[in-house]
Amino acid sequence: MTDQTTDTIPAATTSASPKAGGGLLGLTKKDFGLFLLVIALTMLAPFLLNPFPENSAMAQFNAGYPDLMQRFVIFGIFAIGFNILFGLTGYLSFGHAAFLGVGSYAGIWAMKLLTLNVIPSILASMLVAGLFATLVGFISLRRSGIYFSILTLAFAMMSFALAYSVLTPITGGETGMQLQYFDPRILDAALEPGQTPRANLFGLDMATSTNLYFGNWVFTLNVGYYIAAFCMLIAFYLSIRIFRSPFGMMLRAVKSNQNRLNYTGISPKPYTLAAFVISGMYAGLAGGLLVAMDTQVGAERMFWTASGEVVLMTILGGAGTLIGPVLGAGFIKYFENIVSKINEATLHTWFAFLPDGLEDVVVAMIYPFVGKGWHLTLGLLFMAVVIFLPGGLVQGGQKLVGLFRRKKADDKTASSHTPAE
Amino acid sequence: MEAIILQVLNGLDKGSAYALIALGLTLIFGTLGVVNFAHGALFMLGAFCAVTFSNLLQLSHTVIDETRTDFLGNPLKVDVPYIYDIFGEAVGSSIIDWAVPLSILFAIPVMIALGVAMERGLIRHFYKRPHADQILVTFGLAIVLQEIIKYFYGANPIPTPAPEAFVGSFDFGVMLGFDPGGIVYPYWRLIYFLFAAFIIAGVFAFLQFTTFGMVVRAGMADRETVTLLGIDIDKRFTIMFGIAAAVAGLAGVMYTPINSPNYHMGMDFLVLSFVVVVVGGMGSLPGAVLAGFLLGIIEAFASMAQVLDILPGINQIIIYLVAIVVLLTRPRGLMGRKGVMED
Repeated sequence: MTDQTTDTIPAATTSASPKAGGGLLGLTKKDFGLFLLVIALTMLAPFLLNPFPENSAMAQFNAGYPDLMQRFVIFGIFAIGFNILFGLTGYLSFGHAAFLGVGSYAGIWAMKLLTLNVIPSILASMLVAGLFATLVGFISLRRSGIYFSILTLAFAMMSFALAYSVLTPITGGETGMQLQYFDPRILDAALEPGQTPRANLFGLDMATSTNLYFGNWVFTLNVGYYIAAFCMLIAFYLSIRIFRSPFGMMLRAVKSNQNRLNYTGISPKPYTLAAFVISGMYAGLAGGLLVAMDTQVGAERMFWTASGEVVLMTILGGAGTLIGPVLGAGFIKYFENIVSKINEATLHTWFAFLPDGLEDVVVAMIYPFVGKGWHLTLGLLFMAVVIFLPGGLVQGGQKLVGLFRRKKADDKTASSHTPAE
Repeated sequence: MEAIILQVLNGLDKGSAYALIALGLTLIFGTLGVVNFAHGALFMLGAFCAVTFSNLLQLSHTVIDETRTDFLGNPLKVDVPYIYDIFGEAVGSSIIDWAVPLSILFAIPVMIALGVAMERGLIRHFYKRPHADQILVTFGLAIVLQEIIKYFYGANPIPTPAPEAFVGSFDFGVMLGFDPGGIVYPYWRLIYFLFAAFIIAGVFAFLQFTTFGMVVRAGMADRETVTLLGIDIDKRFTIMFGIAAAVAGLAGVMYTPINSPNYHMGMDFLVLSFVVVVVGGMGSLPGAVLAGFLLGIIEAFASMAQVLDILPGINQIIIYLVAIVVLLTRPRGLMGRKGVMED
């Protein structure tokens, strides 16, 4: 964590004035490279995530189906936003799912009242989530540390409880909210009874997919995924700019020492509130995209475990790093979907090469950690990351790279010294 | 009047659970300065100690009873718990009936051992790390613990009845001289409250009147000086962690007849207990207890039909509302000490 920040500060100061730096899109070369890499990964995801041929034994590890890919990028956005708050300011919000939920409800109401086009719906999600975040942030940010966590948690649980009970006319309560053909969409032509309302972008249905066949491989290109991916790229770009901006520096200053900031005559409140609202709007965007993809909302989206999940994603990937939250979100969603699908029979086929008795023992040992027990693996992994790698997967990667570099450097110095001796 | 007393009573049992968990949380926070998100999991583990103990008591072997026959005319096979062989049938069956209270004896050593293991094995490494890291690692631990329980006991709640003698309700109003039928209260809830009061009094007496407790209190106030006096305060704090775990565990054991234990009960209570601790004031033991009962009673009042008519859904959010108001108006909580976690 510490060497990470010292690493980024020079980069941040040089890029504070993008014109002087002369980078592309206002980014330094290194950041632009990272951004290009993320663009390439998200655009090629349907291919990269389907490395195994259809019908092969490994096909269940394929993650290239639209539903899961959409989740990767949407929760990526959620985690990027959370990271702007937690990674930069150090304020640990335990109630971020509330903004995602509120955004989802706003999105679905925009679809019910205005139009099935996703753009107004997503804008409504961000706007409403932003307003709600302003309110919650204004109150919660009066305290910091554990008190801030509890306050955000309290607000999120209140939203959840209200959505579940009193606000049922707006939220649908336990059953959640779905689109109906008889909704008064004032901008759209009325639908026939029985027709299913589908979210679209100027007539382009979100669920439209094209299958590409290459021998045994099948790749699905889905409209919804690419729209969500586009949003994530914008979100990611903005987060790079925030990280490298003077505003980002101020947020880091809040994290490192608030008192010092106060002594210099600067009130940290507007900065933290801005960060809080921005990250709430990111959550709202994620919520709006979720609605755009499956046109339904349930209150459980706001339960505090959902808030816990985004914390897990960010920490697991690497809080305070640019790419970490996206990695964490992808990692958790991938394993949630793939590991939880492994059942006892699959394990038996994998270890069929072992002698019978040993096979049963191995399967019995692994079984608690896969399938329904996936959360156990997640919990252990999360603990391991917090204990050994406070910088998350990104720090792990850096350590590995550092290890190799040092070895090479050692070799070089060793070889250059030998002649002198 | 009856309605008010009834709601106070209704609030007491939930309030007792809040108070016990919050007391443990505060003990850990006050001694070790650790924010323990796994405390709800300890409550849950306590409840499952009761389940395990009653399962153990009911371990049985099959005996062929020659005197009776089943519907095919064969001798009837009967499951006889081993405990009948040891104590005879009459004593054995009443032991099984009293499984929940008896599991207190089983839970205390188990929970203390678990608590000490947890502190020595994991939490000890997090004293120097920021509070956020402590929250995160204990949150991870809570997930792991509850998933382990889910693996062994399944996801469904396991009914664990109270002893026969305490099943059902009694008319509390008559004892106080009100009309019969006004205040009907289940036996077990009253027992839960009395038990909680006993435990709380025990913890306070332990801290107040024993030398060990005195040293611990001194350590809470000024750890450095106590260490300079040549006292191994870490060891005592570890034991206090074990005691806090046992308090949470006992709260869980006795709660099983009120709510059948399931693997996520800890998390449900944890969120509320944290709110309780913060309302009471971080690090203040009387504050935690007071806030626990207070919030339990407020919640009970908010659940009254008359209140719900005016403010629908208020029972769901009242605790959080109170927490927000308290935190914003009294930043240190109701009875928070000066200088503890103030920022």
